[in-house]
Amino acid sequence: MESTSPDASGGLAVEVKRLSVTYGNLRAVDDLSLEARFGEVLTLLGPNGAGKTTTIEALEGYRRPASGDVKVLGMSPLADRRALSSMVGVMLQQGGVYPAMNAKEALTLFASYYDEAADVPRLIETLRLDHVSHTPWKRLSGGEQQRLSLALALVGDPQVIFLDEPTAGVDPEGRISVRSALNDMRAAGKCIIMTTHELAEAEHLSDRIVIMNHGRKVASGSPAEVRSLGDATGNSAGGVRFHASGVLNLDELAGLLESPITELGARGEYLIEGAATPAMIVRLASHLEERGLLLIELAPARKTLEDAYLQITSGTDDPLAANEGDLKRGARQGGGRR
Amino acid sequence: MKALGAQIRAELVMTARRGESVLVTIGIPVMLLVFFGSVHVLPTGSGRPIDFLAPGVLALAVMSTSMVSLGIATGFERSYGVLKRLGSTPLGRWRLLAAKTAAVLVVEVIQVIVIASVAFGMGWRPHADVVPGALAVLLATASFAGIGLAMAGSLRAELTLAAANGLYLVFLLLGGMVLTITKLPAFLGTVARVLPATALSSVLRHALGSSAAAPLHAWIVLASWGILAPVIATITFHWEPD
Repeated sequence: MESTSPDASGGLAVEVKRLSVTYGNLRAVDDLSLEARFGEVLTLLGPNGAGKTTTIEALEGYRRPASGDVKVLGMSPLADRRALSSMVGVMLQQGGVYPAMNAKEALTLFASYYDEAADVPRLIETLRLDHVSHTPWKRLSGGEQQRLSLALALVGDPQVIFLDEPTAGVDPEGRISVRSALNDMRAAGKCIIMTTHELAEAEHLSDRIVIMNHGRKVASGSPAEVRSLGDATGNSAGGVRFHASGVLNLDELAGLLESPITELGARGEYLIEGAATPAMIVRLASHLEERGLLLIELAPARKTLEDAYLQITSGTDDPLAANEGDLKRGARQGGGRR
Repeated sequence: MKALGAQIRAELVMTARRGESVLVTIGIPVMLLVFFGSVHVLPTGSGRPIDFLAPGVLALAVMSTSMVSLGIATGFERSYGVLKRLGSTPLGRWRLLAAKTAAVLVVEVIQVIVIASVAFGMGWRPHADVVPGALAVLLATASFAGIGLAMAGSLRAELTLAAANGLYLVFLLLGGMVLTITKLPAFLGTVARVLPATALSSVLRHALGSSAAAPLHAWIVLASWGILAPVIATITFHWEPD
């Protein structure tokens, strides 16, 4: 059997073609295609039940596809499971460790399964598990359990790493260590595929994001590309957000700036829609000055990943059907969202 | 071999850390042996109570380890996702099962040493026909492990816990371990004769307590359970949590 390796930097590590996975009558993953390369972090986002975990479990060899093709390092996760086991690191969504076993014992045990394992003390240090290395799993906090699970996924020095919600319940300091470990893995040319509900984490860590809903891919691209989906659909992204020290007459200001103004949630917060020119900003400042108001804050109204995510996953219509360019839509791969 | 050795060691360490496991595999058998060997309240037949009890308690110990302890531990490992996680490592499922089997056998050797020593201290002088005794223990281990794993692999962990303990009591009372089955009502006696616990008690009692060969019927029962139970466990076992 042939396999690919990280030597082929940027080469294809994982390939999913038109994957469908069913549980009885439920189609958990529906006609999903994606690719992930060495040296890349690919994140699957989506609401609960979107099919993220099922997808990752199909890649791990835990789920048999109803149709479609899955290749990890050029091999089938089911048929070549034994060969892949030493090249793939797995972090389950929860559990997976003997409750009475401590971190050091678990890592030492897992390291014994591999011909070339990572250095256990260094892994303990990297993931900030030093102070709990002799604490049984069942007594670890949720975040410590997650970090130990991540360490167990990395201990075999895998080429491809599948992580199901690696930062769930992890505190901010722990997240920094998780991020650092994953960045090291990426720099070493590993391919990382993870799921998460933490949008900020996804934005920080990912090279590419795939958003799933109802088992289908509904959007994909770099974090910036996914974030800009609102721009592409003509929604509220762009413009300038400002905070004044008092209430303004919107009609008057809109006429002065020759641009629509929207009042935002907080008192004194407004959005100038569309492109804001320097002349427009000068007029705004003068307007406030004449009324004795302060300009407390002025910033680009940047659409967040959360805005894009909520827009993509909450609408009943396909909000991005008109989107072209680099963004690849599930709708183009065999129909709209169900 | 490195992985298998490490896994056997881990299985043994985990067994030793489970207090309830140590109680059921060593504590209860020794307590039953000492109590009923000292207080003559059981209808143990015509000979000395210790000669009847020692082989029966050895049979009980084998059942405790290979069915109750193994079944409950495996059931909870399944519910905690340990089995699922280990299935994706190079250890693989078959080396995991081999490690569990080896750990069960090591615990059984320790049980035999402890129980035989206590019984010896109470005056037991076995007729040591080791080969049939060891063969019976191996067949019984396969039988009980098959039953324990069939429960662990198909029931929720809490149900496995209840079922394994319930079956432990049934086999203890009907299996000729501390009570002779001739005292049972006819219907229960018929049921008891096809149980692996009864067959093991019978073979051990003959192998260790007399020069007479064990009845063929007991060997057939043991061999049948020793083949069927692991097959059923293999067919019904689910590696992932429910």
